[in-house]
Amino acid sequence: MNLIIFSGPPSSGKTSIILKTIDALKQRNISVGVVKFDCLYTDDDLLYEKAGVPVKKGLSGALCPDHFFASNIEEVVKWGNRMKLDMLITESAGLCNRCSPYIKDIKGVCVIDNLSGINTPKKIGPMLKSADIVVITKGDIVSQAEREVFVSKVNSVNPKAITIHVNGLTGQGAYELSTLIFDEEQNIDSVEGMELRFSMPAAMCSYCLGETRIGEVFQMGNVRKMELGDGDE
Amino acid sequence: MVMNKLTIEQLEEKYPFVIGYFEENKLDTTGHKNKTFKEYLDSFSQEYIEDWAINREKLIDDLEKYIEQMKQFLSLDEEERIKSLTILPGYDKDGKEEKFQEITIQTSEIISIVGPTGSGKSRLLADIEWTAQGDTPTGRGILINGELPDKKWRFSSNNRLVAQLSQNMNFVMDLQVREFLELHAQSRLVEDVEGVTDRIIQAANKLAGEEFDLDTPITSLSGGQSRALMIADTAILSSSPIVLIDEIENAGIDRKKALDLLISEDKIVLMATHDPILALMADKRIVIKNGGIANIVETSQEEKEILVELESMDSIIQGMRNDLRDGRSLQFQFYRGGNQNA
Repeated sequence: MNLIIFSGPPSSGKTSIILKTIDALKQRNISVGVVKFDCLYTDDDLLYEKAGVPVKKGLSGALCPDHFFASNIEEVVKWGNRMKLDMLITESAGLCNRCSPYIKDIKGVCVIDNLSGINTPKKIGPMLKSADIVVITKGDIVSQAEREVFVSKVNSVNPKAITIHVNGLTGQGAYELSTLIFDEEQNIDSVEGMELRFSMPAAMCSYCLGETRIGEVFQMGNVRKMELGDGDE
Repeated sequence: MVMNKLTIEQLEEKYPFVIGYFEENKLDTTGHKNKTFKEYLDSFSQEYIEDWAINREKLIDDLEKYIEQMKQFLSLDEEERIKSLTILPGYDKDGKEEKFQEITIQTSEIISIVGPTGSGKSRLLADIEWTAQGDTPTGRGILINGELPDKKWRFSSNNRLVAQLSQNMNFVMDLQVREFLELHAQSRLVEDVEGVTDRIIQAANKLAGEEFDLDTPITSLSGGQSRALMIADTAILSSSPIVLIDEIENAGIDRKKALDLLISEDKIVLMATHDPILALMADKRIVIKNGGIANIVETSQEEKEILVELESMDSIIQGMRNDLRDGRSLQFQFYRGGNQNA
């Protein structure tokens, strides 16, 4: 089974792109399943179901979604293999811009959209910088110039990635993306022992553990202070 | 690797575009100019590296790759320029062979694409953009300058084959026209930024009914002005040799001049349209049905004569529009029989 990890900021078009790509894969008789990771709520699983795609969803609730991803991915891979899928796609939103769920030697795809502003490539960390493929969406509604500027900004933070424009509405580019992600040779039974491409953000302060009170005495563990100067300048 | 020996200062002098790389990767090299890039990265503390999600090895590899890509982009010479695009037949949705031998489009040629919505226009465009080699659902092939195309057209960020202009496009950045054009010019590594911005604004103003200047915010341009700026910018500053146009609205822009501008910049123009004036301005039109190219029609002599009629009708309407804009009343006598002197 192929394993492909999709991630990208909320509302960038991940689900639309994956659905269009699955259409293209189905034409080639490749069976695909999806596991959707989210934080509080998602009904994207219904969209996949409607399209006849085997789907599971995982909501991380009070946990950091990417930590949740890392602690569940092995079971998810086992599920995909039980379903006898040719390809399993995981979809997760990079909610804090510092996370990245990519695993070494597993294809990682980042979906970002032209409307998110030209400074977005600079703001997103490892999720964009360590992706193998960067899919840029919503190119049909911004000018050619903005598309070109955006892609050059993406290229300067991740020159090694293949960047590709895909239209989530018409599916233009989705067939091409499907040829880039499917690898006949790859056969993943388990991800046990594999490594994340990048460490996840550190946490473990009192607020991680449920503290709600504000004040110096309640701040314990990994705490950082902003530099605001002494107010005299 | 040359990078290992050069200091940051020397790197910036030799390859000025690396400044953009440093900036986009939030690397402030001030005070470290006499170090090599590696020495500079080695000066980061472990804490800093963790906090800001920095991957030193990747930054070094990426910089090398970036320099290589940019050098390649800057050295594009005449011989690599695209002079023609050839489409080889594939199959329609029912698997029937397309009924044409091959179609070759030269630079400065305009081809229109007609066919109902959903007939396969997007797929044709995607085939061209991807330089299909029988490896897309239509089985079509694409040749560039009569030869099998280089893979770079698929994967390079800087050398995209197709630029697109469509009715639905908007400017979304919060910038003035000047800042916007400068930003685009910088991303294309243009040397004479001011010269290029001036050329674009002049060209755009020739297309737009109402003039605008470099200090206008792009988001407050009218529909016609936006379209004029997009077309002028694509013609002059986009690196893509092929321009796909998805209809150009009639209002507020001189469409004939717009097409003339594009072909004068040696673009290959493909235009999806059902507007008779635009369709007939093309030298040929591709008819798409059921996912396949059903026919290729040369614009006939009779159609060219019809086009002259259509253009004169169009100029009457344009004239009325201008009169209304200037506050005049419309009078029959000015427009009746207007096609003799329009």
